[in-house]
Amino acid sequence: MSPPGQPIVSLRNVGKTFESGTVALNDLNLDVHGGEFVSLLGPSGCGKSTVLRIISGLSPATAGSVTWPAGEARLGFVFQEPTLMPWADVAANVRLPIKLAHKEDTGAVANALGRVGLSAFAQSYPRELSGGMKMRVSIARALVTEPQLMLMDEPFAALDEITRFKLNNDLLAVWQAVRRTVIFVTHSVFESVYLSQRIIVLTPRPGRVFTEIKIPAPYPRDETFRTSADYGALCRQVAQALAGAMTAGVPS
Amino acid sequence: MNERALRVVLPILVLVLLVACWHAVVRIFAIPPFVLPGPGLVLATLIADGPLLWQSLLVTLTLTFEGFLLAAVGGIALAVIFNQWRVAEYSFYPYAVILQVTPIVAIAPLLLIYLPQPMAVLACAWIVAFFPVLANTTLGLSSVDHNLLALFELCKASRWQTLWNLKLPAALPQILAGLRIAGGLSLIGAVVAEIAAGSAGAGSGLAYRIAESGYRLNIPRMFAALLLLSLAGVAIFFALSTISHLALRRWHESAVSRER
Repeated sequence: MSPPGQPIVSLRNVGKTFESGTVALNDLNLDVHGGEFVSLLGPSGCGKSTVLRIISGLSPATAGSVTWPAGEARLGFVFQEPTLMPWADVAANVRLPIKLAHKEDTGAVANALGRVGLSAFAQSYPRELSGGMKMRVSIARALVTEPQLMLMDEPFAALDEITRFKLNNDLLAVWQAVRRTVIFVTHSVFESVYLSQRIIVLTPRPGRVFTEIKIPAPYPRDETFRTSADYGALCRQVAQALAGAMTAGVPS
Repeated sequence: MNERALRVVLPILVLVLLVACWHAVVRIFAIPPFVLPGPGLVLATLIADGPLLWQSLLVTLTLTFEGFLLAAVGGIALAVIFNQWRVAEYSFYPYAVILQVTPIVAIAPLLLIYLPQPMAVLACAWIVAFFPVLANTTLGLSSVDHNLLALFELCKASRWQTLWNLKLPAALPQILAGLRIAGGLSLIGAVVAEIAAGSAGAGSGLAYRIAESGYRLNIPRMFAALLLLSLAGVAIFFALSTISHLALRRWHESAVSRER
């Protein structure tokens, strides 16, 4: 299922040992191709977020290599929390990456806000928005530079289920419209199955790839897919894999 | 009566009650004015000595304001330097603390030896006001959301961009809180220096008037001057609170009214 050709980013034997001696990642291999939606699934503390931090360059790998066969991609990062500047309105928050790059806004902010359905809230301040809306602003900010690779670190973990479903659908709509590559970190089996083309299941402590599961369901996916027997079966398969990863990771 | 009205009416009621008690005590025990003047006499003195006291107040307030301004600019600037260069922080922070914990009353007479009096008053106002600005700004600059810092790093923001677009705005609530403390303290610093200079007798500030009136047993004028000083302190506090509120009202929890 994964697209042919060279990957956009390639991790080889990547390891990360923190200064405290904790081994977060060990011998991790991962290829992500252009246009893919890949989820990293694992229990908390398995180093999923660390993978994103290594890919983004925020935190260096202590072993192995990260290569960009087609040249370094422009990145968009979405954190676990909305991470907005409370003193700036929505438009200014979304404009930030453009401003820091000393570029002019030629409609990119309005465009990004439109994509997440927040055009009417450009002048609002973050405190005036709900949790789901703040997350949308955060996604708009990541989209504004037209990134080739979106790194999303459990962005919807703190939201209620109804809001999460809504944002899942909206994220898929955006992804289909712009066809960016997405690496999505989550600890939710259901979310990963619903969103991804491919799920990488990681073992806990130290994190490494346990197995990889393809989700062959076609897009667009909607509530029909979410309530289908196929979806249920895939969730069961992924949940079993996750359970396997948990036992594999426990030191004997 | 609603809560808002109560917050205005109750303190006024307390004031009226206290002044009435004060007046009654002075009357009933026939206390002479050189021991304790009644409120009426104080008010009369305030009006009669108005021009003189007003002049002195302006002298004190000018030096207070200059000391405050220097403390604000210096405190923020030094905090930024500390934040950008750890070496500077490690080298100088202990001395900033020492300057702060040494009582200003003990430093003032020394400053008066080496500096002309207005300069010494200015220096005292500056010394006491400087530290809260420095400490609060330092705290504000270093407690920026780590994810936002990571975002700026990902966007390859320069040091200057991070300081200007992230750290300073994020520290604004703490900086303003520091300034609010500093405003009151700079008045105290100026008054301490003027009182310490009192015996030298060269000044014309309001605190000097208090010291002078004390020597002359002109107690009503002491009270009148004291009243002016407190009013000045209250005015400074309200001015800075208003500035703080206006700057934060759109976004900071402290300035946003809670919805019920």
